[in-house]
Amino acid sequence: MANIGKIIGVNSNLLRVRFEQPVVQNEVAYALLGSGTRLKSEVIRVRGSVAELQVFEDTTGLKEGDSVEFTSQLLSVELGPGLLTQVFDGLQNPLPQLAEQCGFFLQRGKYLEALPRDKKWAFTPSVAVGSKVSAGDALGWVPEGIFKHQIMVPFRLQGTFSVESISPAGNYVVTDTIAKLKDQSGKSHEVKLMQTWPVKLPIKCYAERLRPIEPLITKQRIIDTFFPVNRGGVYCIPGPFGAGKTVLQQLTARHADVDIVIIAACGERAGEVVETLKEFPEQTDPRTGKSLMERTLIICNTSSMPVAAREASVYTGVTLAEYYRQMGLNVLLLADSTSRWAQALREMSGRLEEIPGEEAFPAYLESVIASFYERGGIVRLKNGETGSVTIGGTVSPAGGNFEEPVTQATLKVVGAFHGLSRERSDQRRFPAIHPLDSWSKYRGIIDPVKTAEVHGVLRRGNDVGQMMKVVGEEGTSMDDFVLYLKAEFLDSVYLQQDAYNKIDEACPGDRQEYVFEKVYQILKTPVTFKEKDTARTFFLKLTQTAKDWNRVEFESGEFKELEGNILKALAEVTVNA
Amino acid sequence: MHKVYHKIERIAGNVITVAADNVSYRELAQVQSPQGTSLAQVIRMDSGMIDLQVFAGSRGVSTDSQVRFLGRPMQVPFSDSLLGRVFSGAGEPRDKGPSINENMVDIGGPSVNPSKRIIPKNMVRTGIPMIDVFNTLVVSQKLPIFSIAGEPYNELLARIALQAEVDVIVLGGMGLKYDDYLFFRDFLEEHGALSRTVSFMHTASDPIVECLLVPDAALAVAEQFATQGKKVLVLLTDMTNFADAMKEIAITMEQVPSNRGYPGDLYSQLASRYEKAVDFEGSGSITILAVTTMPGDDVTHPVPDNTGYITEGQFYLRKGRIEPFGSLSRLKQQVNGDTREDHRTIMNTMIQLYASYKETLEKQSMGFRMGNWDAKLLKYGVRFEKEMMDLSVNIPLEAALDLGWKILADCFNPEETGVPSKLIAKFWPK
Repeated sequence: MANIGKIIGVNSNLLRVRFEQPVVQNEVAYALLGSGTRLKSEVIRVRGSVAELQVFEDTTGLKEGDSVEFTSQLLSVELGPGLLTQVFDGLQNPLPQLAEQCGFFLQRGKYLEALPRDKKWAFTPSVAVGSKVSAGDALGWVPEGIFKHQIMVPFRLQGTFSVESISPAGNYVVTDTIAKLKDQSGKSHEVKLMQTWPVKLPIKCYAERLRPIEPLITKQRIIDTFFPVNRGGVYCIPGPFGAGKTVLQQLTARHADVDIVIIAACGERAGEVVETLKEFPEQTDPRTGKSLMERTLIICNTSSMPVAAREASVYTGVTLAEYYRQMGLNVLLLADSTSRWAQALREMSGRLEEIPGEEAFPAYLESVIASFYERGGIVRLKNGETGSVTIGGTVSPAGGNFEEPVTQATLKVVGAFHGLSRERSDQRRFPAIHPLDSWSKYRGIIDPVKTAEVHGVLRRGNDVGQMMKVVGEEGTSMDDFVLYLKAEFLDSVYLQQDAYNKIDEACPGDRQEYVFEKVYQILKTPVTFKEKDTARTFFLKLTQTAKDWNRVEFESGEFKELEGNILKALAEVTVNA
Repeated sequence: MHKVYHKIERIAGNVITVAADNVSYRELAQVQSPQGTSLAQVIRMDSGMIDLQVFAGSRGVSTDSQVRFLGRPMQVPFSDSLLGRVFSGAGEPRDKGPSINENMVDIGGPSVNPSKRIIPKNMVRTGIPMIDVFNTLVVSQKLPIFSIAGEPYNELLARIALQAEVDVIVLGGMGLKYDDYLFFRDFLEEHGALSRTVSFMHTASDPIVECLLVPDAALAVAEQFATQGKKVLVLLTDMTNFADAMKEIAITMEQVPSNRGYPGDLYSQLASRYEKAVDFEGSGSITILAVTTMPGDDVTHPVPDNTGYITEGQFYLRKGRIEPFGSLSRLKQQVNGDTREDHRTIMNTMIQLYASYKETLEKQSMGFRMGNWDAKLLKYGVRFEKEMMDLSVNIPLEAALDLGWKILADCFNPEETGVPSKLIAKFWPK
């Protein structure tokens, strides 16, 4: 018999519901409008015989006494072939299909199945009857775009099972049963192509978690060389508005060296998602030659969509990432922006009248952020393969001030911090990652001794620059002035990239190693000038040539020629020891 | 058929509480008091106690005032007869015209499906060179005008309402001084733009709750026009008053404040309004320009800060001009490549030279010697400010670009400007 409760209070998207039969914390319930529309909601607090529910929709029109249907299911997502290339909202409703049914506007109470039910997948079994399997083990696979999509023993099954029957190779829809498993007590379990999993629980069907040590190439020089990210690592990008967070995320989504990219657009502008939606299908993935969309999955819960679903959207994103990790793939989850997600928590906390912490964020903010980022990681699966989930979250701090609670809570748990600065973005220095404030605990592709040395030039050059503002050029020694110019040179030709240039927008790892070595040599070369003006002119010219050098094909004739010009110019001013 | 309630349990701020049943969330009610009749809206229900926000304020409401629930949420009328009319936030006529009750539509409707949006590609011509040439306004864009008290932002909005090449203007005034309200009315009437304008006006002396309704009412009407294929421009002034009204209500409702007293959902509330800006494929569009005054000229104040994260760029209005530095239309790249081939060049060159002019001004004020080049820049800067930046200039984009060439030619030699020689050959005035 269905478990039905009665609404006794409504406050925006928070319902108070009196219930009689047991309810489960975080279970899904439906509030029934008079018109018959069912509004999805989630139990978030229980007090006595009153449950408090957050509704994922607008609550206009609900009345006291209206029924609420409890489902005893936790908020879950569908996992199976057909996820890639899709565009979902925070609750895994496919948005294009919703548009087909409802037109321009989202309609509340309309929920669609995430996976297409009528599409047939060519299944190939990989186990025999009688094999022993446990949760997460592959039973067979279907081709999904460029990937072998493994069909796994449902993650919720505990213990070992023997395969009672397995379907022969053939075409099946996601709801077809492809295997029967028998547990130790002799009970039979059916396995379909698809399974479901509650979003707020991590999927842990792997042998062990490993330390992230393998660099993940994003093709942004400043990241890969100075503030690297490793596969299975987590990093954050805080920055004030207009500093270029989203552009950086989009470039990363396009170029990062991973198998699958999941973009969780969480509480940000719809316009930005549209660019990804319309442009990705037309761009080719340099690794596979196929459309970029084939490796992409978009979760899109923009700022004007219901706030509770925004909270769910990051969990939906990370659950789907973990699912693909179970197949031994490397997944990158880009969450833009985690501040909006934290604000969603704050809104709910306010309605629950919880005692507020700093800036009215709930006291559990830190632990919630920590447990989200902890779902990233590289793991060794039971079959020996490795898979990883790398998480990159942007943070939008109020007033661009990094001292606020969300940025600080995030910094505690991430391994790399790419702080964007308004100053650098105003100077049109892209990426606007601040080279002196940012840090990374991961090991990149370049010798850390050398990067530390180069970073030192940058820091001392900056010090000279600050001093020059006070004492003027006249009061600066020639050595210091050259150091300052060298730091500026490094900034312009190595840290910055031209996002509008096809070649310079993405710099592969081998090119970075090569260019870094040359830049390192240039910085190490002692040079001298008679006049400060000649020094400035020399470095301006050198910068110009080096920028052109960045814009030509690697190892082409032109590349070699420009490199020759740079070294020749340098030789003319070198001090011979 | 609707029950009438006679007992008001609590009156606090603009919120009254009655014990009632069979009331739905966000339903409207009519409150009758010795002061007159006002609408009210359900904002919270708990165990039979209904909190209502009284649009006209609770002043004069007695504990035995009549409350009658209407069984419908807040709606605005929609038809072509709205054009030329002025309403209050609650949808009552402010002019002498009859009230309109046809074709009622709910306000604060659902958001647009992101997968139905398109990449913006058309510009909105305003006839103001600082916008058209330097920071082009794009159809479906949402842009705030960051300003401080005392700047002529309402004059700017009125001018845009007059000159913009759109089908319908929807004007939403929040917390306006009565003088400003009269200014808008007279200005639009005088220049014959009233006939394509629908106004929702809330003045500073009106009940604060009506202020909250203005953007929703304005955007609901705009949405209706847009789905009928009209190109709509929504002008809102001033969104900081709207945020302050929200703050006032939130504090009355004993909500936990987050930042400087503003409610925790400030971002979501602002976003749900701004995100109504849209270009319906195969139909009309909504473009939003909204004034946000910055208390103390502080862009990190919660209202401009949250706004900046939502909107696609911003205009800074300083000293009666749209400031070329800091102002940014993020979508301009989508359209200014297809207007005229010299558009981007003129845009960049003139701004760079203006920046040099500013540096020269600084040198001059410190008493440095002025060279030949400085003299040229000084001449240029004065002309640029007078002929381009002045808000009263009203010329089409093409004429503004021609004017740009003329100013450059009067002040500089071609090679001093850094303009590519191909464009010099074609456009430099002989």
